Amino acid sequence: MIIWLRALRAIVGRDFLRFVHQRERFLAALVRPLVWLLVFAAGFRAALGVSITPPYQTYITYETYIVPGLCGMILLFNGMQSSLSLVYDREIGTMRLLLTSPLPRWWLLVCRLIGSTIISILQVYTFLFIAGLFGITMPPLGYVAVLPGLMMAGLMLSALGLVLSSFIKQLENFAGVMNFVIFPMFFLSSALYPLWKMAESSDLLRDICALNPFTHAVEMIRYLLYLDFSWTALIWVVTSTAAFLGMAIWGYDPARGLMKRKSG
Amino acid sequence: MTNGFEARDLSFQYGATDALKNISFEIARGQFCALLGPNGAGKSTLVSLLTRLLVAPGSGEIRLAGHSLGRSPRNALAALGVVFQQPTLDLDLTVRQNLAYFGALHGLSRRDIRIRSDAALDRLGMLERAEERARNLNGGHRRRTELARALLHHPRMLLLDEPTVGLDAAARAAITDHVHDLADQGMSVLWTTHLTDEVRDSDHLLVLHQGQILEDGKAGDIRGGARLQDWFLERTGGLS
Repeated sequence: MIIWLRALRAIVGRDFLRFVHQRERFLAALVRPLVWLLVFAAGFRAALGVSITPPYQTYITYETYIVPGLCGMILLFNGMQSSLSLVYDREIGTMRLLLTSPLPRWWLLVCRLIGSTIISILQVYTFLFIAGLFGITMPPLGYVAVLPGLMMAGLMLSALGLVLSSFIKQLENFAGVMNFVIFPMFFLSSALYPLWKMAESSDLLRDICALNPFTHAVEMIRYLLYLDFSWTALIWVVTSTAAFLGMAIWGYDPARGLMKRKSG
Repeated sequence: MTNGFEARDLSFQYGATDALKNISFEIARGQFCALLGPNGAGKSTLVSLLTRLLVAPGSGEIRLAGHSLGRSPRNALAALGVVFQQPTLDLDLTVRQNLAYFGALHGLSRRDIRIRSDAALDRLGMLERAEERARNLNGGHRRRTELARALLHHPRMLLLDEPTVGLDAAARAAITDHVHDLADQGMSVLWTTHLTDEVRDSDHLLVLHQGQILEDGKAGDIRGGARLQDWFLERTGGLS
């Protein structure tokens, strides 16, 4: 077991070192949600009223509403960034080193997920801190309670990134991920507008949003930030994580997946 | 049992194309085996199978240091050191960090990693560059680092896939000599190449052509009186 933990430490440590070396990535990851929070939300505040719905006990401003969605956005973009770095690892060859290690492949992939998620969570807390400086705060204990939710949502989105990395053959194809995964997942969710608001314009869109795992990741974060809990969101996130991880392990199976298609 | 590399009845297809056709060979402990083949002969596919980056279900068997790669891959891979043709260093990490990352993937403790890294780098004349970023190393030093890394977990066998590609003559000779020394010390070595001047007469030679083993024996015996390069070009019908 100690051998497995050493591998985990090494993989997480390498992810962290890579992150430290890429300060631009850290800034980009923070600027994106902050622009949404301080520019987009300020403009939308007048246009979009948010009524009192769980977990909120009172009327809230739009900026407050979208904070959990923007936490989800950071996790989503980082999950995809980790997918990009896996494709990069494959192109520069370091993936071979990982996959020829004498440890179960599923564990090596889980280590990558954990590393990517920890980096994401650091960014989420930095974002929440800056949001707090602008007066957008949550209940103090909510910052602690949300940690397991961030971990689970981060694992789910990193697992999705892992699935994508097993199917993306070249770095150049990554733009497609932006268009066909990140944007639909983000906009067809409860990150920017509550589902009841979506239903006012289209029931179909609301139903699609309700089937989007990202919606449930955002709702889990939202509830936990307010010291509340949603079983529905938890079940969706856990089930989606298991499904994505299963697909990733299949994608990286040497008999069926990645290297065979690449070599071929 | 050879306790080195053993491949039996190995075949592999990419779709309808045969990459390897019923390959069998053995490389004993203490043997330096050169796997010589022109581009497209199937060397990379064979390397991928030997490192379990690919598997060919239901086709033949690979044993590494006596362990079946199919049935107990962890034991088999733990006995194998690999230098891939494609560079696999993380260029943003230092030489020492690259070795530490690899050592941890093989379950070594921090203390063991430090002691073994120093020893392996010292043996290859790289100790004084241990704190340099891999990005700042030249091609020869990067290869030496990869070789030091491949030896970190004290493997019983070493697989090198065209390790001298892109290196100058001095660096090529240094690495070739060092790996021959490792074989003399008891390691089982498989060295793939398409460069005949890296093969010594005393080496075990496998010639792979169009997915099949063309020759399997002692290099000096195989080439007879001819230069190995001439013999190789004649048998494989083209440029090496």
